[in-house]
Amino acid sequence: MKKISLIPVLVVGVLLLYAADDFPEWGNPTAPASASSLSSHFISNTGVDTEVPNMVTAVLADYRGFDTMFETVVVFIAGMAVLAILKGSSGPFSKNKKYTSSIEPDLIVTNTVRLLVPVIQIFSFYVLAHGHVSPGGGFQGGVVMGASFIMIALSWDLETALVRFPLDKCFLVAALGIILYGGIGLLSMFLGGEFLDYAELANILPVSREMARYHAMLGVEIGVGLTVTAIMFALYANLSTEGKLKGGL
Amino acid sequence: MFEDGTIFNELFIERLNYIIYVILLLIGLHGMIAKNNLIKKLIGMSIFQTAIILFYVSVGVKEGATIPIYLPEHDPHGSHVTNLEENSSSEESHGPVALDADLVKGYANPLPHVLMLTAIVVGVATLGLALALCQKIYQGYGTIEEDELLTKIERQEMRSNPSVAIKSMDSSKMTTVKLEKSVSKPKVSSSPSTQRPNAKLKAEAKTDSSTTKVKTSRVKSVSSKTKPMASKSTTTGSRASKSTTTGSRKSSAKPNTAASQSRTKAKPKPKAKPKASAQKTTASKLKSRTPKK
Repeated sequence: MKKISLIPVLVVGVLLLYAADDFPEWGNPTAPASASSLSSHFISNTGVDTEVPNMVTAVLADYRGFDTMFETVVVFIAGMAVLAILKGSSGPFSKNKKYTSSIEPDLIVTNTVRLLVPVIQIFSFYVLAHGHVSPGGGFQGGVVMGASFIMIALSWDLETALVRFPLDKCFLVAALGIILYGGIGLLSMFLGGEFLDYAELANILPVSREMARYHAMLGVEIGVGLTVTAIMFALYANLSTEGKLKGGL
Repeated sequence: MFEDGTIFNELFIERLNYIIYVILLLIGLHGMIAKNNLIKKLIGMSIFQTAIILFYVSVGVKEGATIPIYLPEHDPHGSHVTNLEENSSSEESHGPVALDADLVKGYANPLPHVLMLTAIVVGVATLGLALALCQKIYQGYGTIEEDELLTKIERQEMRSNPSVAIKSMDSSKMTTVKLEKSVSKPKVSSSPSTQRPNAKLKAEAKTDSSTTKVKTSRVKSVSSKTKPMASKSTTTGSRASKSTTTGSRKSSAKPNTAASQSRTKAKPKPKAKPKASAQKTTASKLKSRTPKK
């Protein structure tokens, strides 16, 4: 079986290496990916259309805002699906371990985490809020924020983390993030533009049209960050305990 | 081909990044195809994803370019911190202008980075979902090895509708039918002569030919692996032990230990139902067992 499976693998490898000969070499500025009109359009016009210096964020939240919105929906659906699969699940082979944690949480670990978690959370806010002017954004900030809760769950136990961020609140927050994203899109539609056309928000915000896009992108990124935070923690809580939300790692 | 080394140069010096991604991709692909453990398949999938992400990022590299974030002097709206006075005056005069082509060369393409950012997020979502499914599979079947899973599922199918399994085989060979019945109970580590027809019948009952081809070759090893688990399942219910004893009595001359074990365990039972060896009753019993599973 393993010998047979090597055949398609090697065939694919040979084909890919054969095709690699036609790819542009490393760092070639005339490569299609770097010299395309789309690339130069993004680079030259992002600063004109929006006031966001970070082109990646601008492309993510504005030019490809539709894509990112449903990306967030995908994350949300994945969290819901994991919950639906594992909630109250038990089979003939499910773990029947008594989830009594006889070991006390380690003093050094918990105190270190106690010091670290606020710093991590503030850093996640920084990454989220400065996603426009520096590397960062909603996904990154959300992952860092979710990691802080997972750290609490790892150093104490899952119950301690679930007291701070209960699972039902998780999905409330995740849904709130998507509603925030879609709400900003709908708001710009009701103000006379198209869906997710943030420039129309200048009608209700005391700023220019470019700056309105800047602020709308911040709102969108906050929505993404909320969803990702909640779903990351919900994924951990469900997967580490087979959906029982007791004991765990 | 290699006499002047041009191909070698082109492939291994200038395009080393593609070699690396191809190698990673092949590792992931092989992991997905050849490994039996579902978690290992998932690890292969992750490696595959990483290879694709590396490929995109390496394609987006541009010589002499910086990250796609405007330097303050290139930002059409000017720096947000300094030169506010000057900036506003210049905006009044001619407004923000797009970067000219020379400056465009100084920034990398943001698009591959955006695409890979979203790809990573979707990768996390799919991985979480796949792990949840793996946990569910383990809860239901007690294994995440693919070959063991297939045999278990097949066994369950046969239990749920034995009529289909009987129809699909020769009516003339009643002995094989009996053997077929005894397949539902696990201790298949019997003599090779009885082992072989079992495997063949299984292959017939299954529609998917590609998977069964593999299975017939390795039924033996699999069955020996699953023996302890399956023997546990026979002890779970009195009904189960009953059906297994009838099966074992039919395929009587078996010296293996598992059969004798199950027989001794269910010793008091056969007296209560001496005619249980009839085919119909076993079939109905097997049918009645399935909702429990």
